[in-house]
Amino acid sequence: MRRVSAAARFVWEFVVGDDWRIAVGVVPALGLTALVAGAGVAAWWIMPLVAAGLLATSVWLAAGPRR
Amino acid sequence: MTGSELGLALSVFAACAVETVEAVTIVLAVGMTRSWRSAFYGVGAAAVVLAALTAALGPALTALPLGVLRLVVGGLLLIFGLQWLRKAILRASGLKALHDEQAAFEREREAAGGAGAVGGGIDGYSFAVAFKGVLLEGLEVVFIVLTFGANQHRIALAAAAAAAAVVVVTAAAFAVHAPLARVPENAMKFGVGVMLTSFGMFWGAEGAGAHWPGGDAALLAIIPLTLGFALALVAAARRWAGGALHSGGDRSPVHA
Repeated sequence: MRRVSAAARFVWEFVVGDDWRIAVGVVPALGLTALVAGAGVAAWWIMPLVAAGLLATSVWLAAGPRR
Repeated sequence: MTGSELGLALSVFAACAVETVEAVTIVLAVGMTRSWRSAFYGVGAAAVVLAALTAALGPALTALPLGVLRLVVGGLLLIFGLQWLRKAILRASGLKALHDEQAAFEREREAAGGAGAVGGGIDGYSFAVAFKGVLLEGLEVVFIVLTFGANQHRIALAAAAAAAAVVVVTAAAFAVHAPLARVPENAMKFGVGVMLTSFGMFWGAEGAGAHWPGGDAALLAIIPLTLGFALALVAAARRWAGGALHSGGDRSPVHA
């Protein structure tokens, strides 16, 4: 059991890394892109917009004043 | 070689070179302090595990339908790339300490020296440290080789680029017989982060059903725009951190 949880923790740290918000933000962005593209509307702009927002927010949280 | 294949080869080469620099530092430290033979056995064992992983997962990934592959792998690549880029931005802006290869080497040597006497046979400490170091650094390379390679059905090209990086970095380290402290690791990580993020956005959106204006040529705009945005964030992070210092926040660089 301990090995399973250690492996799960390793995979989490390997993929998700230092800021879980990035991983949590990318998944719904892909879903939204699929929904918008499925409706026949141009959806290519969603991923760059979300990626830019996630990166800027993550850096700002690391650099900004501590709350 | 097409433009995206060149991007694939360069990204994998740079990512693998950075990880190899870190792995070589560990192997050099235990080899020079304790046992070269045991350290090389550890490196060999880790290389076998990494090669087996690539050989097993590569065909499984390329067997997936292209849409599913691009959605899943694009999403993973984007998450991975944003994390690399975030760390590189924080280091470039002085908010996170740069990775110091010489200091890492000294730490490893000190730990290896204090780990008891070296026996006559295989030295378990040297084997385990070299194995773990190469395996952990190599896993990131395998991930990048598989995701980049599978999406373009060019796993062999990605693996060749990774192997070339290992050969070049290892030869350089053994030629100077010291850790490669002067390799611009953060600049390389910055570049790899930009490429992973750009390809992740591109493939993730395509996998979700979106179509980029200009098709594959959109990457020619996505990559420089991502780089420009990341560089702007470096400048912004310096300003934000300066504001934090003036308002009394503690922003001493965090050591990785």
